[in-house]
Amino acid sequence: MTEEVPSVDRVEGTGVPVRGNDIDTDQIIPARFLKVITFDGLGEFAFFDQRFDDEDNEKDHSFNEERFQGANVLVVNANFGCGSSREHAPQALQRWGIDAIVGESFAEIFAGNCLALGIPTVTADTDSVETLQSWVESNPDGEIEIDVGDETVAYGGNTIEVDVDDAQRKALVDGIWDTTALMKSNSEAIAETAASLPYIDDTAATAGD
Amino acid sequence: MSEGTLYDKVWERHRVTTLPTGQDQLFIGLHLIHEVTSPQALGMLRERGLEVARPDLTHATVDHIVPTDDLERPFDNEAAEEMYAELEANIERTGIKFDDPSTGNQGIVHVIGPEQGLTQPGKTIVCGDSHTSTHGAFGALAFGIGTSQMRDVFATQTVAMEKKKVRRIEVTGELGEDVTAKDVVLTIIRRLGTDGGVGYVYEYAGDVIENLGMEGRMSICNMSIEGGARAGYVNPDETTYEWLENTDEFEDDPERFAEMKRYWESIASDADAEYDDVVTIDGSEIEPMVTWGTTPGQGIGISEEIPDPDSLPKDQRETARRAQKHMRVEPGDTMEGYNIDVAFLGSCTNARLSDLRAGAEIIKGRTVDDSVRALVVPGSQRVKTAAEREGLDEIFKQAGFEWRNPGCSMCLGMNDDQLVGDEASASSSNRNFVGRQGSKDGRTVLMSPKMVAAAAVAGEVTDVRELPKAEVKA
Repeated sequence: MTEEVPSVDRVEGTGVPVRGNDIDTDQIIPARFLKVITFDGLGEFAFFDQRFDDEDNEKDHSFNEERFQGANVLVVNANFGCGSSREHAPQALQRWGIDAIVGESFAEIFAGNCLALGIPTVTADTDSVETLQSWVESNPDGEIEIDVGDETVAYGGNTIEVDVDDAQRKALVDGIWDTTALMKSNSEAIAETAASLPYIDDTAATAGD
Repeated sequence: MSEGTLYDKVWERHRVTTLPTGQDQLFIGLHLIHEVTSPQALGMLRERGLEVARPDLTHATVDHIVPTDDLERPFDNEAAEEMYAELEANIERTGIKFDDPSTGNQGIVHVIGPEQGLTQPGKTIVCGDSHTSTHGAFGALAFGIGTSQMRDVFATQTVAMEKKKVRRIEVTGELGEDVTAKDVVLTIIRRLGTDGGVGYVYEYAGDVIENLGMEGRMSICNMSIEGGARAGYVNPDETTYEWLENTDEFEDDPERFAEMKRYWESIASDADAEYDDVVTIDGSEIEPMVTWGTTPGQGIGISEEIPDPDSLPKDQRETARRAQKHMRVEPGDTMEGYNIDVAFLGSCTNARLSDLRAGAEIIKGRTVDDSVRALVVPGSQRVKTAAEREGLDEIFKQAGFEWRNPGCSMCLGMNDDQLVGDEASASSSNRNFVGRQGSKDGRTVLMSPKMVAAAAVAGEVTDVRELPKAEVKA
C-alpha cells in the first residue's frame, strides 16, 4: 500500500521495430498462453506465432533477431494492441524487456493497460515512425531517448516531437500511474457517490477502510 | 464536447472526483468477472493486503476455458482445471456470487448479465473483457478494462478514466430480408475503420436500431470495440424496459421496477443533446455481410467484390495484402463460394435465443454439408434450456450440428474447440484475427447466424437470401 510509485519521466535504450498496422493482442500473446493464473513467464511468448512455426523453428521476426535482444523501446505502426483487453499483452512485452512504445496510434484499452504498468505509449505521425523504424533497423545499438514530460524522442542526432496523452504524461511524470492507493484514499467521496445512485441498495457496505 | 447525452449524464452521476492526472474517478455499479482475467487481479490485491470492497456489486461466471462437451471435474485440460479451481478459491475467499454450471445460470459473461437483469440502463459496468461494450445495449455505460484496473475496482469499486467524445451513429431506413444486426455492425466497422472509434463512445440510434430487439442491439454494442470504441450504447426505450421487467431483478418487484424506470428515463440522451460527431448510415442499403480478411473492418456485402489492396487508402494496403494472402482470396472475386470446413454458431456476439432461432430457421429440414464440422454453442445455460424447450436443439442435431454446452468456445479457442491447421470457418463470432480461433493458419469468415447456417448447408459461403425458406415454430 505504501510502496512508492516511481516516476517514468524518460526512457532510454535501444529500439526494436515491429512493423504493420492493426497488430492485435491475439498476435502479441495468443489466447492459449492465457491459461495461467499469474503473468510470470509470459515474456517468452510475446509474438509467439509470428516468431515460431509449428515445429518451433524461428521465423523472420525482429523479436528473434540477435541484434535486437536487449532492446527496450518498441516501435510500431497504427492501431497497435487492438482487440482483446488482455493485460497479458503489455505484461508479456514488459517481461520480454520493453519499457516504452513509440507508435502511430494505439488501441485504447491497450494504452490504458500499458499506463497501469508504467509503460509510456507515445505517438508520432506515420513518416516519423517509419523513419525511426528504419533507423533502428540500421542502428540496432543506437540509443533512443524518450522524454515523456517534454514529449520528444531523440535518436541519432535527431529530436522529434511526439504526443503523450495528457493524463498519461501527468501520471507517468508525477509517479501516479498506479492508481489503487490514490483512489482508495477517496473513500468518503466514493461512499457519497454510491449513496447518491438510485440503483445501489445497500450503502452500508462502502468502499472505505 | 458532448452535452446532454446519456454518456454525459451517466458519467456525471458516477464521477467521484477528478484525480491529479486529470482523469475522473468513476464509481462502478457492476463488476463482472470470469476465470481468465480475475486471478491475477485478485492476486495483486492479496499482495497489497487489500480486500474486495464491494463483493455485493461483483458477479462471477466461468466461460472462456470451460469445455463445451464434457463438464465433469477435474477437466481433462490441466491448465483449464487450474484456472477454474483458482476462481473457486477466490469465490470462497471473497464471497462473490458465482454462477457455476451447477446453478443453471452459467454462461458467457455478456449473456448472463443481461438475462438476469443485472445489466441496467444508467449503470456503469466493467469486466476484464473487451466485449463488455455489449451491455451498452441497455443504456449502461459499459467497457472492458485490464487486470490492473480490475485490481483498482476490486479495491475501491472505482476506476480512473478519461472522458471520451461521443459519436452518434444513426442507422436509418429499414433492413432488407435476412439482413441482421450483425450485418449492421460489420457495415459500421467497415465504414469507420477498426480504429475510427478510438477516443469515442458510440451512441447507436435511428430507426434500424430502435426497431431491433435487445439481442440485436447487444450484437451491435458488442462489436463497438472492433471499431475501436471502448463503449457503445443505445438509449433505453420501451423495448429495454420490457426486457428488464421480465428479469430476475424485477419480475417480483413492480414497485422497484417503476422507481428504477424513472431513473432510466432520466439518463437517456436529451432530444437536443450535442454530439462531437454524427454519422448516418442508410440501413436499407446493407446486405448480408462477410469478412474477406483478418480484421473485422475487412468486410463486404455478399455480392460485392473483394477489394484490390491498391484501391484502398494507403494505410490499409499492406494489411489488406497480408490478409488476402492468409485468407487465400483474390481481389475481384466475391466471397460467395469460399469453401468452409467449420461452421460456428456461438460467442457473446451471437449466441442468444434469437440468434439460435435465426440459425434454426435456415437449417430446418436441411443437412450440414459432409465437408463441414458444425457446432452450436448457446450463450448460456438459460439460452440452451429455452432453445431446447422450443425444439431448436433437435433441428440443429437432425441437420448435423453438434449441440454443445455454453462457453466462449471457438470464438477464441481457449478450450478444445479450435480450428485445426488451415481450416476455414464460417463464424458468428467477432474477431477474424490470425490465430484467433485456435490455429495460427486457421481462416475465419465473420457473418451473421443466418449466414453461418447457410454456409454450413452449402459447405461454402453463400447468400442466405437465395436459399428457399423453411418454416420453424418459435
